[in-house]
Amino acid sequence: MKGSQGKKLLFTGSLVAALGVSGVVNAEELRLITWGGYAPDDVVAQFEEETGIDVKITLSNNEDMISKLRATGGAGFDLAQPSQDRIVGVQRQFNIYKPIDYGQIKTDQLQPSMVKATQAATALNGQSYGVPSVWGTSGLIVHESVADTVTDYTDLCATEVAGKVSYRLKRPTLMGFAFAMGMDPFAAYDDRDEYQSIMAKVEDTLIDCKAKVKTYWTGGDQLLSLLRTGEVVAAMAWDAGGWKLSAENPDIRFVAPASGALGWIDTFAIPRRSENEAAAYKWINFVMQPEIAARITNASGNFTASKGADEFVKADLRDAYRASFDEQAINNIKWYPPVPPGLESLEGQVLDRVQAAN
Amino acid sequence: MNASAGRLSLWLLLTPFLLWITLLVLVPHLQMLRVSFQVRESWDTLAWGLEQYQNFFRESYYWRTFLRTGVMSLFTTFLTLLVAFPIAWYIARLARGRAKGLLFLACLIPFWASELVRTYGWMILLRESGVFSAWLQALGWADGPVEMLYNDVAVIIGLVYNGLLFMVVPLVTTLDGLDENLVEAGYDLGGGHLTVLREVVVPWAMPGIVSGCIVVFMLTLGSYLTPNLMGGKDSAWFTEQIFTQFITRFNWEQGAALGVLLLFLSSLIVWLGLKLSGQSLRKVMG
Repeated sequence: MKGSQGKKLLFTGSLVAALGVSGVVNAEELRLITWGGYAPDDVVAQFEEETGIDVKITLSNNEDMISKLRATGGAGFDLAQPSQDRIVGVQRQFNIYKPIDYGQIKTDQLQPSMVKATQAATALNGQSYGVPSVWGTSGLIVHESVADTVTDYTDLCATEVAGKVSYRLKRPTLMGFAFAMGMDPFAAYDDRDEYQSIMAKVEDTLIDCKAKVKTYWTGGDQLLSLLRTGEVVAAMAWDAGGWKLSAENPDIRFVAPASGALGWIDTFAIPRRSENEAAAYKWINFVMQPEIAARITNASGNFTASKGADEFVKADLRDAYRASFDEQAINNIKWYPPVPPGLESLEGQVLDRVQAAN
Repeated sequence: MNASAGRLSLWLLLTPFLLWITLLVLVPHLQMLRVSFQVRESWDTLAWGLEQYQNFFRESYYWRTFLRTGVMSLFTTFLTLLVAFPIAWYIARLARGRAKGLLFLACLIPFWASELVRTYGWMILLRESGVFSAWLQALGWADGPVEMLYNDVAVIIGLVYNGLLFMVVPLVTTLDGLDENLVEAGYDLGGGHLTVLREVVVPWAMPGIVSGCIVVFMLTLGSYLTPNLMGGKDSAWFTEQIFTQFITRFNWEQGAALGVLLLFLSSLIVWLGLKLSGQSLRKVMG
């Protein structure tokens, strides 16, 4: 969930997808649709050398992945990496994935607790549709000068930082604000009326807060430049972005909000009309080796489900992670449960109304 | 025999064009029209209905955004015309020889870069830590950083800049053909600058003005990157809503309905514009 990578990537992505579909398949190839940073060049090169399989990468995000696979009924790619909370609802509605054959996965190199969690979260009709790969959190990126003021999502609306804050107008923001306002949206997932009343309260708060937001950020690069220039001093964003900025400027850091960071797990899922499943499993087993997984962490800033990868991760990244998360903050992470269908259209209307409010 | 060979070659020549129109324009639009009338009853059942169109009129944010987009596009078109007319006049009437070519090239060069690059350029100029803000402070005209990005004015600046070339080109072409004697005759008959402009130049340039306006209006209305990147938290653009429905919400039915409405309503505005200015599409585009 590394950010809507901006329209540019999206367009490039569609172009690559279009070429991929029309291209003639000569050598064995693996068409991977994934997030920026999840398939670093050197990892791809090593995989190609060891297996002789050509890897074609399309960069994407959750919504874009689902849209592309939905448009083709699950064709065009051999392996995808959606977040685990976005699989079951989509699968039931659009039938774009096929179940994972866990017999082909080297589960001994994965963290057992995450495998169990992902299997449960992506289960449908007794089969699982996802393998955990990369995880991370959303929280707050704050500048030292306002670190005492902004300790939770709702503090972004404090008058002291008015005009110098930013967040996205997307569902993580709704969830974060709901938790910070003392409600539990995840517990209300199955109770539509309760959920609607929570969203109504969040909507009012976000509309009140609107005057104090500099702009709603839409792409990772945009947010980073807002924070780098000091135009924005506090924002709701991903941990990896925060750590990247701390490396450049120690005054900026990522903090887990008082009400808990929002945790997501990106998975491996196999599109229903994948043309090279064998290569997909090879790729999964290859990148989840501790050393390779650590290289992905070093490139993207996000940690993986690989067991024992931590010792290969760059020291400063490990330190930044420890500075942001103590034991209690880790236990307080709110992991996204699978989104029941129908909720997203409800949330969509809330977001539209906030966008249109004056 | 000869006639049939001629007909055959005509058809062969027409084939790429017909394929293009049918496969890439007609079929997708018909498909979109069909999807826009489908209502998702539950996960896997569809029914026919008008719900998506009712949503547009019932939910105020849809039609308010549409109205906003329409009004701002018209305003942008008008501004582009005001900016482009003197430029076109200078290029067509006053510049001579090499200067003419160079000026035309100067208008063209920014378009060698993509819209995205041009928009980022404007963002660097306008942002709080940007070039203009720094100049204002250096000159002592502002005490602190000035934010000029993320508002409607910034969006309009970006849109006018993007539309400029498409207004200048048709204007230069029509103004080029204006006979110097007509202008002189206007002055000889006692007309002032304004009268000559109103009675001689503008009527002559009308086809160019109208075709430039149509192109700029359509480009602005359908523009996505500029309003998205330069607009602030209040500046919703209708194309953004269509994108959101298709990509973020997976609500193709609603997105298709909004798309059809955009196509229909923008055609209506262009038709009204043609009627009001007394032009016909054939005259303007031919």
